[in-house]
Amino acid sequence: MSPVVSRREFLKTGAATGAGLVIAVQLQGCAKQAPPASTAPFAPNAWVRVQDDGSVLIEVDRSEMGQGVSTALPMLVAEELEADWSSVRYEAAPANPAYGNKLTRGMQVTGGSTAVPNGWVPLRQAGAQAREMLLSAAAARWGVDRATCHAENSRVLHEASGRSATYGELATAAAKLPVPETVRLKDPKDWKLIGRPVPRLDVPAVVRGEPVFAGDVRVPGMLVAQVERPPVLGGSVKSFDDAEARAVPGVRAVVQLSGGVAVIAEDFWAARKGREALVVEWDEGPNTALDSDAVRATLRALVAQPKGAVVRQDGDAPGTIASLTRKLRVEYEAPYLAHATMEPMTCSADVRPDGVTLWAPTQMQWGPKTFGGGAQGTAATIAGVDMERVDVRTTKLGGGFGRRSEMDFIADAVEASKAIGAPVRVVWTREDDMRHDFYRPVTLHVFEGAVDEAGRPVAWSHVIAGPSIMARYLPSWMPEFAANKMGMLKHGADPTSVEGAENIPYGIANVRVDYRRAEIPVPVGFWRSVGSSQNAFATEGFIDELADLAGQDPVAFRRALLADKPRHRAVLDLAAEKAGWGTPLPPGRARGVAVAESFGSFVAEVAEVSVTNGVVRVHRVTCAIDCGQVVNPDIVTAQMEGAIAYGLTAALKGEITIEKGRVKQSNFLDYPLLRIDEMPEIAVHLVPSTENPGGVGEPGTPPIAPAVANAVSALTGTRVRRLPIRLSS
Amino acid sequence: MAAITLKINGQDKQVDVPEDMPLLWVLRDRLDLTGTKFGCGIGSCGACTVHLDGVAVRSCQTPAVAAAGRSITTIEGLSADGSHPVQQAWIEAQVPQCGYCQSGQIMAAAALLATNPDPSDTDIDTAMSGNLCRCGTYQRIRKAIHRAAEAGKTA
Repeated sequence: MSPVVSRREFLKTGAATGAGLVIAVQLQGCAKQAPPASTAPFAPNAWVRVQDDGSVLIEVDRSEMGQGVSTALPMLVAEELEADWSSVRYEAAPANPAYGNKLTRGMQVTGGSTAVPNGWVPLRQAGAQAREMLLSAAAARWGVDRATCHAENSRVLHEASGRSATYGELATAAAKLPVPETVRLKDPKDWKLIGRPVPRLDVPAVVRGEPVFAGDVRVPGMLVAQVERPPVLGGSVKSFDDAEARAVPGVRAVVQLSGGVAVIAEDFWAARKGREALVVEWDEGPNTALDSDAVRATLRALVAQPKGAVVRQDGDAPGTIASLTRKLRVEYEAPYLAHATMEPMTCSADVRPDGVTLWAPTQMQWGPKTFGGGAQGTAATIAGVDMERVDVRTTKLGGGFGRRSEMDFIADAVEASKAIGAPVRVVWTREDDMRHDFYRPVTLHVFEGAVDEAGRPVAWSHVIAGPSIMARYLPSWMPEFAANKMGMLKHGADPTSVEGAENIPYGIANVRVDYRRAEIPVPVGFWRSVGSSQNAFATEGFIDELADLAGQDPVAFRRALLADKPRHRAVLDLAAEKAGWGTPLPPGRARGVAVAESFGSFVAEVAEVSVTNGVVRVHRVTCAIDCGQVVNPDIVTAQMEGAIAYGLTAALKGEITIEKGRVKQSNFLDYPLLRIDEMPEIAVHLVPSTENPGGVGEPGTPPIAPAVANAVSALTGTRVRRLPIRLSS
Repeated sequence: MAAITLKINGQDKQVDVPEDMPLLWVLRDRLDLTGTKFGCGIGSCGACTVHLDGVAVRSCQTPAVAAAGRSITTIEGLSADGSHPVQQAWIEAQVPQCGYCQSGQIMAAAALLATNPDPSDTDIDTAMSGNLCRCGTYQRIRKAIHRAAEAGKTA
């Protein structure tokens, strides 16, 4: 489905034409869309802008939320452009179909760990295209054969005559040349940037406190809004009395928005005081009786039903289990989780009659109108202008993790600005953010499995019950077969609910995976590693239990079942070796292991834990990842460290509960995050690979909860089957 | 309302603010010093950390009137050009990911090193455990603080 030509295909093509590893490929992304207008003298495609001074500006078409795209993506362009890296700058690309992500249905989305996999070919092509044009411009200027010129460090050189010209000197001439349809990409052995730990371009500004996040946007006349939202999920505003709120010094207006009641003031503090004085009468809606017990009862009723959407059926798992005696039936549970980005939801907008300027920390700048149009379309619809009239300026994201692919905070800013006719910065409080998230879905898992006389697992049955993220994106008119065809459903199931479960890698003859969709009025959304975040916890716990049942070592047991999965097996072997699997540990410590594939990458993690007075401490984590060709090894390492920390919060602490239709947690006191004194020592090992790049933002998260749970189980002799891990309960 | 003078990064700033207005919002919304961040509003995350007379404080819990006449340093004033040893160590160790919490982390680390020039891992964990990082940069924070301490020794 992806039009991206794989590296293996490149290599094949190269070999077939006798061109060694230097390959000419048809341009894919560059030529099809008109690039956004640029003032740079040479802007041959949507990504490259060569300035008069010779510096190179690269449009970064994915949102920087910490995962390093503002360095990794420019590296791809600069590699082929032969740009002087010290003169490379970047900016966040505007909203434009030219920046559609082929791995997210063409929408301009940062998600699914797709930035490098999507950009791998087109961004290198974009750089090569510009390089070829600069070479042609130089050759024409000097009247020499282009083949005798070469490019390096933002210059074209003609060695025979000793002539050289900077990219700045050639920019205007290059811009007059036709854009080539076909370009050659460099032989990997000639790479100067790809594969090296190039320091991040954004870090120097960060240490000076300079980056502009959405809450840092300042324009003349800008006001600040806070929005009081319905405390009960699904509630709405019945009426409000704003007399006292309006009397607060600095409060300019109180207006009703679709999301609640906005207090618009001269600064945050005045908005807060006004909000405290605001009296809202709510229509609490139909969910006031909803609580976490009711949620659990809904899931329990679903798993008790005979059948759901069967997404994988190999052989006859139920029949095999019925015929064997060494078997297990166990349940795993994972709760709702909040994203808890460090920057609460924030957005700034200026709605004018002629258009909108939107300063948005968004993971979705643009999408087709049928899918809401992303940030640009959301703003256009509210403001009543054409999408092209919305200038989306993507700020830095103070954490994303999927939360900022939602449109609620964007709608707040646009509605508030439209209502008051001035630029408005909407700032959510931590409490707003915690109580009005799109939570990682709650799930209940029922496993049945059996091993034969030799101790080999021969049957695996996994029933998953949980709410669907994709359900709200499915138009009500769309029949199931159409949704299946579009990839929005898979065998009638939400693919994000079964990822990591339907594709367990183990060689088990009889496998059945069955999903039951729960209808629960708690908003759910994409949370770092999505379905794999719960499914890996459950499946990697259960495979450990089968190893126990067979009386086998957890690593050896998995390894024997991965004969046909060399990449899984390689990361398992590497993590086990580097962790010293099987070597003695100090008393009171144990190791646990887990392996998971997600977003095109393969990760194994070994956790070393102890338990003191019922408190789990993770001392050390050894991580091995195969993410294909590595673009920047230090960024990959950092993403593994971060993904493990993110997953440790889920393993040890995270739980959103519901009471009387309300989210109970509100801030970091009752939704604690991992702190530095709880951070284990993490060692990350990268598997060398020439495969196409896989993702790196998310794949480090799925294995950590099961690795820790398995270690705790090994240490205490009691299986951990519920997150967060609570030994007292 | 109170008319006060705040001495921020060596400069006197006159502001007229409500008695209960936290320093954080005076910095961000009145003086446009946006490097100091809002994370929780209850002193639980450390994103708003600044120095008050050299000590790390949570500016979301510090009324601006209580800071009047005292010396306030924000990330913008830690050094003129990003050359503070902690800032340099942060670059060398490639600490930041999204960057949102990092002003507070850097201010907390600089305050730690000012009183304890060679902290142990335990000292670092104790001093820095009030600063949350959702991107999970903690291991690099530890490394960078050690690095800054080393740089301080040779300086």
